[in-house]
Parts: sequence; C-alpha cells; structure tokens
Amino acid sequence: MKILVAVKQVPERDAPISVAADGKWIDESSLSYTINEPDAYALEEALQLKEKNGGEVVVMCAGPERVTSTLREALAKGADRAIHIETNDLGQRDMLGIAQVLADAAKAESPDLILTGLQSDDLGLGQTGVVMAELLGIPHATIIMQVEVTDGGVKVKRELEDGWFQHVEMPLPALLTIQSGGNKLRYATLMGIKKAKTKETKTVQAAAVGAAPTITLERVYLPEKQKQTEMLTGTPAEMAAKLVEKLKSEVRVI
Amino acid sequence: MSGVLVLMEQRGGAWNRMSFEALAAGQQLAAKLGLECSAAVAGDGVDALVKELAGKKLTKVFVIQHTLLKNYTPDGYVAALEQLVKKAAPAYVLLPHTYQVRDFAPALATRFRQVLISDVVAIHDGPVFVRQLLQGKLNADYKQAGAGPCFVSIQAGTFRAEDVEVGTAPVEDFAPQIDAVQIRSKPGEPFREAAQTVDLSAAPVIVSVGRGIGEQENIALVQELASALGAELAASRPICDNGWLPMERQVGSSGQTVSPKLYLAVGISGAIQHLVGMKGSKTVVAINKDENAPIFEVADYGIVGDLFEVVPELTKAVRAAKGQ
Repeated sequence: MKILVAVKQVPERDAPISVAADGKWIDESSLSYTINEPDAYALEEALQLKEKNGGEVVVMCAGPERVTSTLREALAKGADRAIHIETNDLGQRDMLGIAQVLADAAKAESPDLILTGLQSDDLGLGQTGVVMAELLGIPHATIIMQVEVTDGGVKVKRELEDGWFQHVEMPLPALLTIQSGGNKLRYATLMGIKKAKTKETKTVQAAAVGAAPTITLERVYLPEKQKQTEMLTGTPAEMAAKLVEKLKSEVRVI
Repeated sequence: MSGVLVLMEQRGGAWNRMSFEALAAGQQLAAKLGLECSAAVAGDGVDALVKELAGKKLTKVFVIQHTLLKNYTPDGYVAALEQLVKKAAPAYVLLPHTYQVRDFAPALATRFRQVLISDVVAIHDGPVFVRQLLQGKLNADYKQAGAGPCFVSIQAGTFRAEDVEVGTAPVEDFAPQIDAVQIRSKPGEPFREAAQTVDLSAAPVIVSVGRGIGEQENIALVQELASALGAELAASRPICDNGWLPMERQVGSSGQTVSPKLYLAVGISGAIQHLVGMKGSKTVVAINKDENAPIFEVADYGIVGDLFEVVPELTKAVRAAKGQ
C-alpha cells in the first residue's frame, strides 16, 4: 500500500506573533517553524499502517526552501521518500489554488491512500484535504481517529460532535483527514536521523499561479476583547490572595 | 445571482441547533444587503422540521428529500446541494460550522470553483467575514473576490438562535438526481465509547488544565486546586489527546459543553474549539504565562504568571479561606 502524507509547515506554537507592516499577514522574519500538529498525527498513522500492512510512506510539503527541514524530520521518523513542492508564493494562492498544487503532485504518485491533518494550526481553514479529494475525484472522510485496512478499502473511525463516533467504509484510493490524539507521536531516533540522509527528496516546481483568488485576506489584527477582564497583579501569593477575595465576594464559590 | 441561502443541518429528524444560529446570521446578512433569505433542509422524512422552518421569516424553504440522503454521506450531500445551489443561484450560502459541514462544504464550494470561508466568528459591513488565525491569537478579515456564490460557515455562539425572525415561508420540494453508485462511502450508525461517568455540564465549579501544564505528573498540582475548591477537574483537548486525563473530562467542541458558575482555566491558551465549550460560564478566570493568550478575551479575571508559582499559592489561599 502506498500512502502519501501531505504536511504543512507552520509557526511554532509558542512563537511570539506580531502583525506584519502591511497588516495582511504576520511578521515572518524571526519565526521558527515546525510541522503542523494534526499533520504529525497523519504521518504517525501512515507509519503505523505501513508497519501493519507493508508498503511505502511518501511525505510531501509545499512551500519555500525552509519546509525541507520538516520533510527531513518526517524522513527521520520513518517516511521512505519526500517530495518538496517548491513555491514561494503560497500567500498569493487561495486554498483552492494550494489544494490544486498538492493534488497535482499527488496525481503523479497515484497513491492508494492520502492522509493529512484535519486543519492547520496557522490558517485553520480545515479544508485542504477535502478539496484535494474533490479535485482528485476520490472519496474522503474527515476528522478520523483510526484507520483499518480492509479488503479493497478502509474502515475508519470518524469523530462526531459531543463524544460521538461513527465508522465509515470506503474503497481505495481515498483521502482521510486525521484528528490529533488518535495515536501516539513517535520521536525520530538517532538511527532514523542518520538514515534520513540517504533517503530521496524530490523537488518539483508548483505550477504558476492560475486563477485569481476567490477569497482574499484583507487584514490581520489582535482580537477585540469580548469581556472586560480585570487583571490581578503582584507576587504569586498576592495574586492568589486577590483572586480568593474575588471568589468569595464576587463569584461566591467559597 | 441573488439572495442568501442557509443550509440547515439535521440528523435522524432532529436539528443540529447550530443551524438556527446560521439562520439568524443569514437573515441578518440578507437584511443588511437588502437581499432575500431562504433556507434548505436535506434528508428523508423531515416533514416536522420543514413545518418548523416554514414558520420563520424566509422567502422560501427548500426541502431536499431523497432516500439516499437518509444517512449523511459527503457524496450524497455534495451532489444534492450542488443541484440546489445551481437552481436557487444564491449570492451567499451560509452553513453552521459543524463536523458534518466541515466534511462536505469544502467540496461543495469546489464544485463552484469557490473557497468556503470557514469558521466565521463575526460578519461586518462589506460584507467582511472575520475568522481566527493561529489558534485564536489573531483575527483576520476575509472578503469574497470571485464571482461567487460565496460559501460561509458560522462558528457556534457567533449568532443567537433566539434572534431568528418568525414569519411564514412557502415550502418548495426539490428532487435532486442522485444515483446510488455516486455514493462511494458507507456510513455506520453513530456510537459512543464507554458510558460517560463524568457529567461536567452539571458541575458548578470547574478547574480546567491545558497544554501549559507541560508534563503529566504536574496535573496533580491542578487536581489539588480543584479539590480545594470542591471543583470538577477538566481539560482542553491536547491533555486528553496525550492520555493525561480521560477524554470524558475534555471541554470543547469535541468534548463537553459546560456553563458553571466558575470556570478556572489553567495554562489553557483558548483556541476557538475550547472556547465554544466554556464561554457560557458565568465567571471565567484565566491563569496563563502569555498575556496575549486568547483565553483572556473571555476572562473576567486574569492572572499573567507562571502557573507553577501561582497555582500552589492559590491552593494554599483557598484552603486558608475555607479553613481547611
């Protein structure tokens, strides 16, 4: 079974975020990047499926040169090959344009299964996987916790709201978007890091930006407060004392 | 192209209540733009729901009934809704941002070469659609640039279901052409894991722990505070994902929705998926080291500081106040 994992590189979770001078994106100059967390779970699911059923895990990522560090990490964790879709203009493509670039690269590989995270930690549109499946004309399921290979297809456990789940069966090839928490992430071993250096990373060029974006991001800014927050200050002991006073006199839970 | 079309969601003849929040959004957007607002419901045997919908202020209620729509599948829904959207030709298609919508709406928008503006938390004049970036650290204004229709999904709690205007709406049956071979996936019946033993929704006081706790063994620190307050211990998703606390203690869109008298969030940054599960709390207290953490946007009282210093002091102070 050939499994293709589409991953995204995103700013580190704790990275200090500031709005860029043009107000249309964040200042990227001092950011450090990492793999999008749900995509890390998608990679883990792919590696576990390979360990159970055999086959090949190919990881792909679209973006500038910096994303190759994320691909190397995936190779060190156990992916067999990597595809870097080189493009410096992701910001000029809308989600449909980006899904098209990924779908083009996926088509060339003809995988049995495509896995990706359910959403990205930065834009959070939560659509790339579904749109890729639509562009490729293959079935999909989203927010998947478990994947089981069956005769000619897969049976997946899909998360629903409020603690409900559902099994869905579908033929291959198919695309699944993976929820975090369905499995335990592995770390790259020293041996894995060493082996990664001998593995292939193919670079392909993304097609030029085609259609004009259908939606545009006009402005980014700090969110407005929804509530008047009273900030309690002082030493930890002083802040604790002030809060207990509020819990007694205002909230009345003590 | 004109008008606003709201796609309502039901399962087994029961509404997903978020549909009415999307309906309120649709009515308000239509009023602002001077457009008509219609709504549609898909399924099989949804007569009672249609009756309810016909009592709202709408230009038309579309009923998409088909045996192949009895159980939700993305293929069935995309096929049927593509046909309806083509026929109704709305300028805006609004949906509730549910798990089901996340499963099919991006593909539906793709059929029209459009991009769904997902998870919208406000609509301003323009219209400008506001959504969050970077786990709620920033807001972003989005605008439709293409020819449309413009597809938008509305996050829970953004609009109020009570604001839906009543009226009388004519009902129109819409029979989509769907063939069984088009439906590639076979959905099973929804199920729950082991019975829930913790009902957080009834707890008057909840102490909730997030990623900031760092290690599993540190959770004891927060457990002590919860015990001192007589509170239930809850968590944000990453804590349960790691197996540090059972899934049934999770608060958020994939866990429980709570509205206690006091919700004390420790080391929780406040991503939207968490906020939708707790923003009905009467009082919210947040302890976080990052003063820009989005949790402070919904907090009544905030403490910016190291939870490893603040929480033990707080436990001590609570015990002293209670004479424990």
